[in-house]
Amino acid sequence: MSMLRMQRINVYALLEYCRDILEELQRRGVVEIENVDIEDSVFYKDDTSAFQARYNSLANTAKEAREILLRYAPQKKGLLSSFNGRKQLTRDEYEKLADDAQDILKAAYDIISYQKNIERNEAEKVKYEAQIEVVKPWLNLDVPMNFSGTSTTRAFIGKFAPPKSSTDIMKELAEIIPEVEGIDVETVHTDDNQTCVFILTSKQDADAVSDALRRIGFEYPSYVSTVVPKKREKEINRHINNRDGRILENQNNIKALADYADKLAFLEDYYVMKAERYSVYDDISTSNNTFVLTGYIPEQDAQKLKSYLETKYDAEVELEAADGDDVPVVLKNNKFSEPVESVIATYSYPDRHETDPTSIMAIFYYIFFGLMFSDAGYGIVMALACGICLFKFKGMDPGLRRSMKMFFWCGVSTTFWGLLFGSFFGDAVSVISNTFFHTPPPNIPGLVVPIWFNPVTDPMRMLMFSFLLGIIHLFTGLGIQAYNHIRHKDYLAVLYDVISWYLLVGGLILALLSMEMMGNIAGFVLPPICMKVGLIMAAVGAVIILFFSGRESKNPIIRLAKGAYGLYGTTSYLSDILSYSRLLALGLATGVIAQVFNQIGSMMGDSIISALIFIIIFIIGHGLNIGINALGAYVHTNRLQFVEFFGKFYTGGGRGFNPFKINTKHYTVKEDI
Amino acid sequence: MSEIFTNSGLFFALLGAALATFVAGIGSAIGVGKAGVAAAGVLAEDPSMFGKVLIFQLLPATQGIYGLLVAFLILSNVGLIGEVKEVTWLQGLLYFAASLPIAFAGYFSAVHQSKCAVAAIGTVAKKPDQMGKALILPAMVETYAILALLISILAVFGIAGM
Repeated sequence: MSMLRMQRINVYALLEYCRDILEELQRRGVVEIENVDIEDSVFYKDDTSAFQARYNSLANTAKEAREILLRYAPQKKGLLSSFNGRKQLTRDEYEKLADDAQDILKAAYDIISYQKNIERNEAEKVKYEAQIEVVKPWLNLDVPMNFSGTSTTRAFIGKFAPPKSSTDIMKELAEIIPEVEGIDVETVHTDDNQTCVFILTSKQDADAVSDALRRIGFEYPSYVSTVVPKKREKEINRHINNRDGRILENQNNIKALADYADKLAFLEDYYVMKAERYSVYDDISTSNNTFVLTGYIPEQDAQKLKSYLETKYDAEVELEAADGDDVPVVLKNNKFSEPVESVIATYSYPDRHETDPTSIMAIFYYIFFGLMFSDAGYGIVMALACGICLFKFKGMDPGLRRSMKMFFWCGVSTTFWGLLFGSFFGDAVSVISNTFFHTPPPNIPGLVVPIWFNPVTDPMRMLMFSFLLGIIHLFTGLGIQAYNHIRHKDYLAVLYDVISWYLLVGGLILALLSMEMMGNIAGFVLPPICMKVGLIMAAVGAVIILFFSGRESKNPIIRLAKGAYGLYGTTSYLSDILSYSRLLALGLATGVIAQVFNQIGSMMGDSIISALIFIIIFIIGHGLNIGINALGAYVHTNRLQFVEFFGKFYTGGGRGFNPFKINTKHYTVKEDI
Repeated sequence: MSEIFTNSGLFFALLGAALATFVAGIGSAIGVGKAGVAAAGVLAEDPSMFGKVLIFQLLPATQGIYGLLVAFLILSNVGLIGEVKEVTWLQGLLYFAASLPIAFAGYFSAVHQSKCAVAAIGTVAKKPDQMGKALILPAMVETYAILALLISILAVFGIAGM
């Protein structure tokens, strides 16, 4: 339970080392760089936006090339490959790949240009295919499309739309020009939309026929060529085959570069890193020969970095304790509570002046999650799944790894409570032994009979236990508030704001529990003396709150009014405590739904087929129940922490530490420092 | 006639079970549907958000399950599932009354939780790192469904012990 002490770091060094120093800082990832606001006659800011833009575009080139490459030569991926995280490179591997950067970049450009060729050829292919469509109706024509006749004849090539049969055409022509004879109409092609015709007539009748044809709807084709259609089709097909060949060739060229997939991923990272390094130039100030850099560093890393920079680069490093309001916050906890830091981070980092509640919260977090999920079978499934993933995928993304660890502990706690309450996949053991073996289940404590008690049959007891945990949780929250006051040496506030509430709430609870009415619910009654003691405690607490909770106001009336309002806060304690009834409700939900699925599964009796059905229903049903109730347990555990617990003491509002580091997607570099 | 009257205990118990399932179920169906529409909209922009928005879509699903839970408890208590039991007219009415909290609090909390979930999906689409906070707001609405579930369950257990 602590926060790392932060130091402010100032680095002054020669400009010639600037690049190397920044690279070192990026690799270590321990310094958050802050904007130095010096601009005068000596110091100025280097404008590196052109470099940033260039490296970003190179990174994009690598990314695009890799995407193209993976389209033609996909990599095999396992189902759980997303857990793998980033691959680790040793320093030597990194240097070697960095030396190859130009070569990889060339491959990237090649891949992109091959892809452009493919796209161009595909576009051309589409164009030719459209031409084939135009030629198709004319394939039966043995003359070129621009054929107009011999020395004595005249040919008309064209179409009628909508379609018309050749006899109809003859008939209509005969009606208009009955004097003309010897018109030969030949249908070349006909479909639903058009009839393509070849009409031959003698030369002297040509004008009359042409005129008559126009009147009955003859159209000249839009496509005219000097080549016989069949020949033209062959030509076009040759073009298409040609394009297909070129596409295939380019695809093969890309596939030949398949080995570059990983290298391209590296190249993307490489240029992203460079771009980020240049973006730091916006925050540092340079003179002609020197530069200044300031930022924050955790105290534990400071000396090491200082001596490294001073010996290797002859830099001047200043360290001083940082205590401003803007100092970033780094939490430091042991392995058990560290995973819960991410839950704190989703709420807000603690303010620099308050204590880090992670380790205390972690205990309650695991307990509450376990109570709401409360099934040994589910807990084992969850802990095993997380444990195996953690063990198998060591390079997992740190954030994901943290969540996995958290759910591992949640699973352990769930198993614990499940055993206490005697729930193992609901009542699976008894159902199986009753249905399929026709014997009462063996008395295994934890799996069949509860080690402590069964909340489904004794919900009131569980409700009381939930309230008890809630009161402990709330009082712990108040305790942390007291601890914060003590750290700031504000001892009176401990009495006014914390002890007063302990007295009031504690006293009221004591008094309530010694009433007959509550005895029916709780199952026990405290001796009458507790009533007296409780009421006195509550009265003392109430008086303190009435007179002192508004103590920052000078005006006595306003002060009393504020005190009265403070007393009204008692109602919020009531609702806070009642809110813990969700521990019972969600626990029951898990248990009863599990029983429902077991019962549905066992309805078919005991044959081999019904056993199979039972197994299927068991897997699907419990899978579903795990999903929905784990989500519920997670959300409501968070709520109990954020609303009820944090409401008692936590201010938050701290700023997370955001060091200058390697922000890559595919690779990390292993440091051998 | 008198036979109908004496056996109507079972009818009211079943009516209660049906009410708990379908009223809370309708609420969840509306809620999950609304949240699903918003979630699909986010996916159109950024498919990698699937895991996150799915959680929000599932939030209003719980009320329907709570309803199912109470219905199941009633059914098994009156012997419609499992061993047959005698249900008096009064007991039937009591079961019916016991189903009301989860039926109605379930319905309204699911519908309103989904409005909150839709807004939270919008939050997460713009600021994926604010997942934790965005999740808490719809969860607040669920509190009342949980309280209703608690009372319904306690009542059903209480009636069975009568």
